[in-house]
Amino acid sequence: MKQLCAVNVTVNGVSYQREVEPRLLLSDFLRHELNLTGTHVGCEHGVCGACTILFDGQSVRSCLIFAVQADGHSVTTVEGLAKSVDQLHPLQQAFWEAHGLQCGYCTPGILMTMIPFLEENPNPTEMEIRQALSGNLCRCTGYQHIVDAVKLAAEKMR
Amino acid sequence: MKPAPFEYHVPDSLEQALALLKEHGGDAKLLAGGQSLVPAMNFRVVQPGVLIDLNRVSELAYVRQDGENLRIGAMTRERTLEIDPLVAKQSPLLEEAMPHVAHPQIRNRGTLGGSLANADPAAELPVIMLALGARLKARNVSGERWMEAHDFFSGMFTTALAPDEILVEIELPPDLPHTGWSFMEVAPRAGDYALMGVAAQVTLDENGRCRQARLVYLNAGDGPVDAKEAAKILGGEMPNDDVIEAMAELVSRKEINPFGNIHASSDFQRHLAGVLTRKALKQAIERAGEDGLQ
Repeated sequence: MKQLCAVNVTVNGVSYQREVEPRLLLSDFLRHELNLTGTHVGCEHGVCGACTILFDGQSVRSCLIFAVQADGHSVTTVEGLAKSVDQLHPLQQAFWEAHGLQCGYCTPGILMTMIPFLEENPNPTEMEIRQALSGNLCRCTGYQHIVDAVKLAAEKMR
Repeated sequence: MKPAPFEYHVPDSLEQALALLKEHGGDAKLLAGGQSLVPAMNFRVVQPGVLIDLNRVSELAYVRQDGENLRIGAMTRERTLEIDPLVAKQSPLLEEAMPHVAHPQIRNRGTLGGSLANADPAAELPVIMLALGARLKARNVSGERWMEAHDFFSGMFTTALAPDEILVEIELPPDLPHTGWSFMEVAPRAGDYALMGVAAQVTLDENGRCRQARLVYLNAGDGPVDAKEAAKILGGEMPNDDVIEAMAELVSRKEINPFGNIHASSDFQRHLAGVLTRKALKQAIERAGEDGLQ
């Protein structure tokens, strides 16, 4: 018989209750149970960084956590960044202005990685930015415009 | 891919976790940070019948000073080790190695005990434990036992832990006076598995002669590789370029056994081991000398 476990989790400030199989990954829970499809799934083994979210404020790979483990915790996804459709988060605005994406697949994971990075490093060097991006793969841009966008975001957020 | 079905348990005390492990034995896997186990489960390389999640066993997450020793709970996150002032004070070698342990997103979840019990030969933390002379405590329902780091790692992804045991604590002794340290690795990108890496600890006496040296390598064999013969060359000697060169030669030719991979041939790994040995030894010796000598 399938084991089902209760999950009470706060995502982007909204509280959700669900019953899930313990093997359900948090990334799939966000996408398929909560219909928050902004969190992308790339490699599903912790290499590409596309599924990065904030778990109690810290960036983590949501494909390497089971949804049941989020019980009682707080999650922020890319959908939680902008205040409204018209008002992007300064980090998103910077990616828009500096053209920090092409296909956009890696973008949500990169944004969710850069949020805590810029909070801890409000004035990063280019080398620090590149190191902070090293856990997120982008196969389109060659990273140059992403680095530019993060620099611009740092200015906007200071 | 998605993990195969399993029975999930989430104990909130060590006693409960030990009882569950005894009950389910070899069919059970312990889930610490999950940064190696969950990928393996996603690939279905690992398909445990029972998963015992230790993430709510809060009594296993701590860093505390106990007399001269530092005690670290096995469920302490790698990110905590990176920023904890007690770690920086007691074990600058561990602090220096932490930013090399995968990416921040991994360190936010990954744990010290998880990394040690996983015993990946390419991992940094097992190497650091050998270099520091750490002791590791395992528990089962009937008691506890202590192991030297040397005895804990028994091969590729293999440790001395019995199926009913949980690694619960890591004890780090203080550095002797006039001890210098260095951790260096070469990786294709920051956070990737390193092609080669070394942890060096060098202790000098009042006259600047070497009292004790340790050199431990990652990705250089089927576990953390302790280059004891090379370290002996430095014992009792005044460190100089000739001695360092002899050590680098011995390590790269004899004491390591790298397998080579898609990013580097074993010859190139041996070359890197020589380069890193020279650089790390020089840095460790310099730091040992800064600690109140002359």
